[in-house]
Amino acid sequence: MSGNLVLRSLDRGALAFLATLAAIGILVPLLNLVVPASSPFYLSPYFVALFGKYLCFGLLALSIDLIWGYCGILSLGHGAFFALGGYAMGMYLMRQIGTRGVYAHPVLPDFMVFLNWPELPVYWYGFQHFAYAAFMVLFVPGLLAFVFGWFAFRSRVTGVYLSIITQALTFALMLGFFRNNLGFGGNNGLTDFKDILGFNVQAPTTRAALFVSSTLALMLGFIICRVVVSSKFGKVLVAIRDAEARARFLGYRVEAYKLFVFTLSACMAGVAGALYVPQVGIINPSEFSPGNSIEAVIWVAVGGRGTLTGAVLGAVLVNYGKTYFTSGVLAPYWLFLLGGLFVAVTLLLPRGIVGTIHHHWREWRGRRLAAGVQYAAPRPAE
Amino acid sequence: MRAFSDRFVALVCALGVLAVLMTGARAGPYEDGLLRFTADSFDDTIEGIYAVATSGNALAPQVIGALQEGRLLFSAGEKQVFIRETPDRLIDAATGRPVAGGEPSDLVPVRLNNRLRRIIEAALGGLTLMAPDPGKRFEAAQAVLKSKDANALPALDQAIPRETDAQVKQALTEARAAVVLYLDAASDADKIEAVAVIRQRGDQDALALLGGLPASASPAVKKAAADAIASIENSLALWTALQNAWYGLSLGSVLLLAAIGLAITFGVMGVINMAHGEMVMLGAYTTFVVQQVIRAYEPTLFDYSLAVAIPLAFVVAGLVGILIEQGIIRFLYGRPLETLLATWGLSLILQQAVRTVFGPTNKDVGNPSWMSGAFEVGHITITYNRLWIIVFTLLIFMGLLALLRFTRFGLEMRAVTQNRAMAASMGIRTSRIDALTFGLGSGIAGLAGVALSQIDNVSPNLGQSYIIDSFMVVVFGGVGNLWGTLVGAFTLGIANKFLEPYAGAVLAKIAILVLIILFIQKRPRGLFALKGRAVEA
Repeated sequence: MSGNLVLRSLDRGALAFLATLAAIGILVPLLNLVVPASSPFYLSPYFVALFGKYLCFGLLALSIDLIWGYCGILSLGHGAFFALGGYAMGMYLMRQIGTRGVYAHPVLPDFMVFLNWPELPVYWYGFQHFAYAAFMVLFVPGLLAFVFGWFAFRSRVTGVYLSIITQALTFALMLGFFRNNLGFGGNNGLTDFKDILGFNVQAPTTRAALFVSSTLALMLGFIICRVVVSSKFGKVLVAIRDAEARARFLGYRVEAYKLFVFTLSACMAGVAGALYVPQVGIINPSEFSPGNSIEAVIWVAVGGRGTLTGAVLGAVLVNYGKTYFTSGVLAPYWLFLLGGLFVAVTLLLPRGIVGTIHHHWREWRGRRLAAGVQYAAPRPAE
Repeated sequence: MRAFSDRFVALVCALGVLAVLMTGARAGPYEDGLLRFTADSFDDTIEGIYAVATSGNALAPQVIGALQEGRLLFSAGEKQVFIRETPDRLIDAATGRPVAGGEPSDLVPVRLNNRLRRIIEAALGGLTLMAPDPGKRFEAAQAVLKSKDANALPALDQAIPRETDAQVKQALTEARAAVVLYLDAASDADKIEAVAVIRQRGDQDALALLGGLPASASPAVKKAAADAIASIENSLALWTALQNAWYGLSLGSVLLLAAIGLAITFGVMGVINMAHGEMVMLGAYTTFVVQQVIRAYEPTLFDYSLAVAIPLAFVVAGLVGILIEQGIIRFLYGRPLETLLATWGLSLILQQAVRTVFGPTNKDVGNPSWMSGAFEVGHITITYNRLWIIVFTLLIFMGLLALLRFTRFGLEMRAVTQNRAMAASMGIRTSRIDALTFGLGSGIAGLAGVALSQIDNVSPNLGQSYIIDSFMVVVFGGVGNLWGTLVGAFTLGIANKFLEPYAGAVLAKIAILVLIILFIQKRPRGLFALKGRAVEA
């Protein structure tokens, strides 16, 4: 039954996308580990970590597309959920350092010894267990999204108001995490990780495993999103996006739908953050900065909102561009380019790359089939 | 023994001053005193100090000061005393004139020991309490208040009735009270009187004085002191509250300045302009450029730089605003979320452009002379720049209200806000009104930039730090209502400053953000919501 639901949700495009992801997930580690370093096909560990990072951003973009593209909720604070998931993972990794820290304290992380904390704060308990940390990766962003969404959706905060208060949320969290006495390492954040599940985080095999995990997480996230949006539930979400009041008058509990999808999206963002941290090796409060969250939104806009595949594509493309530009002589111009991208995409390419291709292809096919049912292009929600 | 001798010295000094007052300056004692220095014995030198310090001669402080620093020389042969001003300049201590011709061959410094040094200090203290400069006298009184030096008492007793400057007199009286309070020999009645004087002073120093009372004080004095402490603490709490309110007003005015332009573009037009902060930044940089030009060509006009910067910043930011409206926002009406993204991109571009042109570092924008400095009201220090910014903000606010209320443009703006279709049918060119409204909002942001350049760092990130706060103000106050923005800005400013002492600056800010998020649950349309029947605004 549920297998049937999954199969039905995956059309040809979705299957092709999953196959591509699977190919990347197999090929990249192989080219890194098996192919000798002298070969032209060899991929450096740097590239693996970089691409793994892109995949995590892809998952974050996917989670934003789920709520923005299909439910019209523009969250400018999704970076907060991403960072919270990252911090949960970072706390696990900190506890794994054990006595190998600079101060060699068996329990306290270095920064706590440095700041003269007498003992581990209660909220750090349990993070030495991977299972508990993995649970918290889902639970903390999910809980925050649930509580925040419960307040926001119940009182019908919509549109730009919601965008602004989500931005305020992540801003407040950033200010909070910058403080040393909150117990998350202040502005240095959490870093100097050694092991994950007993494996050295720096080792090429661990990096490859993390890469594969990121690919799997992205594939799983994509399937979940596909299932959600192609089910009847998803149709209601689209109805809410396009005419919230009408959906409410038809008897749908709009806030319940929004709350579910918002929480789900936050959990996905949390997972993305958790996979991001061991590959990058650091998590600090700047991940909470409102600019990061808005940048994630533009990935979705570039790729095409409401397409899922587009979100992932946009995340990879924009971040590849960022890496390419900021590492060369063009670095000072990256912000011009990024800013220009924001303006150009909203003005000239409102459907995004994938959305535009879809649109033209459907039009072309519609003309050819002439007699076929007219396809109603999804109107961008306000 | 030491205390007795020092007190004795001070007493002698005071008596001397008194004598001088009664008899007027005579030639005798001063010259006699000088002659004592030539005897080269410590006892004679002490006599000399008393004589000189009490002589009232204008040269006395100079002589004692030179003695303290070892620059007082004497010639035993010629029975004369000299002050070594600079290595090659010698002054005759008796006349104050430089020595012409050759120096006496047997010049040696007047010798000192520790006992003498203490006597010199006391004598100098007594002399400064009588110094001709009121500022010096005030400082001396403050120093005595801190030191509670019993030796100063006779000098104080002499200085107080003579004092003509009310402020210095007050300081002297308080200093005397402080000394009496800590003087074991003083009677309880005197001490209680002293407590009353210090209670009048009513600041942290007074609290410290009363709180540090020696254990030997009698119960009556202790009780009086405890009462005074309680009363001072009460009044200080009130002053602290007033101080916080003032800081809050100041912060509120800054928030209002930053938010008021936003209230127009967001509130009236429904356009989310994330580049609003960059308009503020452009205004600040305009001020910087104006000041640079004035510094380079006409430094005397520096005090008028703001008068030039204000209209210029309005025009610059306003024109950029109109350009943005015509180039981008015009195409995105009805799609607020996409406007938000496009203007965010624009803000990145503007920031980077300014960074490229002016560099990433903070720029130095000066305060004109009439905006620097401060004055005190009770226990609150009010800086002129903060005061002017509040005045400036209120002027802009009232100007804007008047513009909306009394001009044709304002009328058309309100018409377009209320019913765009109807306004268009009445012949109002709504697209032109949109462009002008956006220009107005941006121009006001530019004005905010001029004001903020006076109190904040002028850097490419200037606008970023205000954008979230300004949105909070507008959302809290209610969209489309200038009064809401006013109340919202001052409420948030004052609430922030009252939370700060308890929670610290960062936590206060977080608390405010959380409170607003909760507040929006209760009133999703802000404090002063426009009443409407629309299902979706």
